[in-house]
Amino acid sequence: MNDALDVAVRLLVVFAVFLTFPLIIGQAEHKVMAHMQGRLGPMYAGGFHGWAQLVADGVKFAQKEDVVPAGADRRVFQLAPAVALLPYLLVLVVIPIGPGEGAVGQVVDAGIFFVLAIMGVSVLGSLMAGWASANKFSLLGGLRTAAQLLAYELPMLLAAASVAMAAGTVSLPGILNAFEWWWLPWQIMGAIVFFVAGLAELQRPPFDMPVADSEIIFGAYTEYTGLRFALFLLAEYAGIVVLCGLTTVLFLGGWHGPMGADGLGWVWTLLKAAVLAFIVIWLRVSYPRMREDQLQRLAWTVLVPLALAQIALTGIVKVVI
Amino acid sequence: MPPIPGSGLAKGLAVTLRTMTRKSVTAQYPDVQPDLPPRTRGVIGLFEENCTVCMLCARECPDWCIYIDSHKETIPAAAPGGRERSRNVLDRFAIDFSLCMYCGICIEVCPFDALFWSPEFEYAETDIRELTHERDKLREWMWTVPAPPALDPAAEEPKEIAAARKTVEKQAAARAQESTPPGPAGPGTPRSAGPTPAPGAAPAPEARPRPDRDESGPERPTGPGPDRGPGPDRPTGSGSAGPAGPPPGEGDPA
Repeated sequence: MNDALDVAVRLLVVFAVFLTFPLIIGQAEHKVMAHMQGRLGPMYAGGFHGWAQLVADGVKFAQKEDVVPAGADRRVFQLAPAVALLPYLLVLVVIPIGPGEGAVGQVVDAGIFFVLAIMGVSVLGSLMAGWASANKFSLLGGLRTAAQLLAYELPMLLAAASVAMAAGTVSLPGILNAFEWWWLPWQIMGAIVFFVAGLAELQRPPFDMPVADSEIIFGAYTEYTGLRFALFLLAEYAGIVVLCGLTTVLFLGGWHGPMGADGLGWVWTLLKAAVLAFIVIWLRVSYPRMREDQLQRLAWTVLVPLALAQIALTGIVKVVI
Repeated sequence: MPPIPGSGLAKGLAVTLRTMTRKSVTAQYPDVQPDLPPRTRGVIGLFEENCTVCMLCARECPDWCIYIDSHKETIPAAAPGGRERSRNVLDRFAIDFSLCMYCGICIEVCPFDALFWSPEFEYAETDIRELTHERDKLREWMWTVPAPPALDPAAEEPKEIAAARKTVEKQAAARAQESTPPGPAGPGTPRSAGPTPAPGAAPAPEARPRPDRDESGPERPTGPGPDRGPGPDRPTGSGSAGPAGPPPGEGDPA
């Protein structure tokens, strides 16, 4: 009985984080992006500097009609948003935010494998949406998503493998327990590759070729309306939460901080993840969208060699020590 | 020296970060009224007391958006044996702001300073016909016309004021001369103000604002007749009363 309660509370907390953190990041994006462009951003909703803008957006989306095109593959079309969104909820369960058993939803021994495999699934949501919409722009977006997934999954895996090699374990808490501060410069190359590849997998600008609204409307999401469309958007922001959390855990030392991990560990994790989320927004504001061929070239000629070099470096240092 | 690879990317990030630390330029208009420069072209006000129905504005208007109706009235002779005079009376003065292109030619061309720019701009309507502002509404806009911007400290004196001052000085000198030898004009009046008359402290004729001149048809004889009498006073009439408080928009040196 007690065990069941424990599990329920943990899942509830993870679910609450899953519902609130993407909204916080979305609101931060509204405001940061606006100020980076010399604007104010939302100012009315909720009264104080538009803090409730995303709540208002959610209400608006919920009121809209949920249209399924006549030619669409109905079942797949309706299922796609859930497939895009739910994997991130599952990933959140295994990300540790503090030391000890209490600060993680569920300790999974093969944490890295679990996380990367599940994150790959969420891209399937876009593919399903693109194919089931019976719309040429959706199809183009879906195919671009597929190409992007193929190109960027590899460097992401290699970079994560480098950390696993360094720690000698694939469990996320295990990696953090083995963490030393000098891993930071040691694994910096892998960290950059992982972060950039993760951005590309989330289809965040400047890697938003699959949803490039100025050329293929909104890619795989073109035919979506109302709540299902909102779920796709939510998936993007949940993806940012997951990516920043994972980068923090794998490369930035998670709960380790200058003042020790006792009691304050989760603050360090959240702080590092927040800084990374800010960088995600920052990159979006600063850089224009990449062309499809530039996108592929970046993955195969820059990120994959860099990731391989990182693995070689990790191996050499590991042997020497 | 070739640029360091990636320096362009860093520069891009620096630009956005720097912009974020600066104050944003958004004007929160409905909450905060805009800070408009002087001579803003918002709406046209009509100072109808100055209008003589000369029709110049309506004729010069490129959009033909000014409508003027008037009739003539005959004014009986002021003095017995005098000649009857006729004068124009304004019946309707309307500007259709749905046609107006805010060129300001009517205001430039008005020889009697009856039209003025007001910075008010919030008069949008849901019915286009309401954009034709009739005489009353145009007169109401006059209250929103700001005082003309001050001249530069070292600027030349406006011609009207210079002319007014010269006349006052001349009159004062003449009166002083008159009064000195025989002294019939009453003991106290001119002497004190005589030597150095300032435009503001001038005797009655100059202190009168100009609108009198146009609507003064019937009143002219009954007005301050004795003062009006001498000829040199005339030009002053078209100059404004200088710094002494004119009605809104009055005394625009331009």
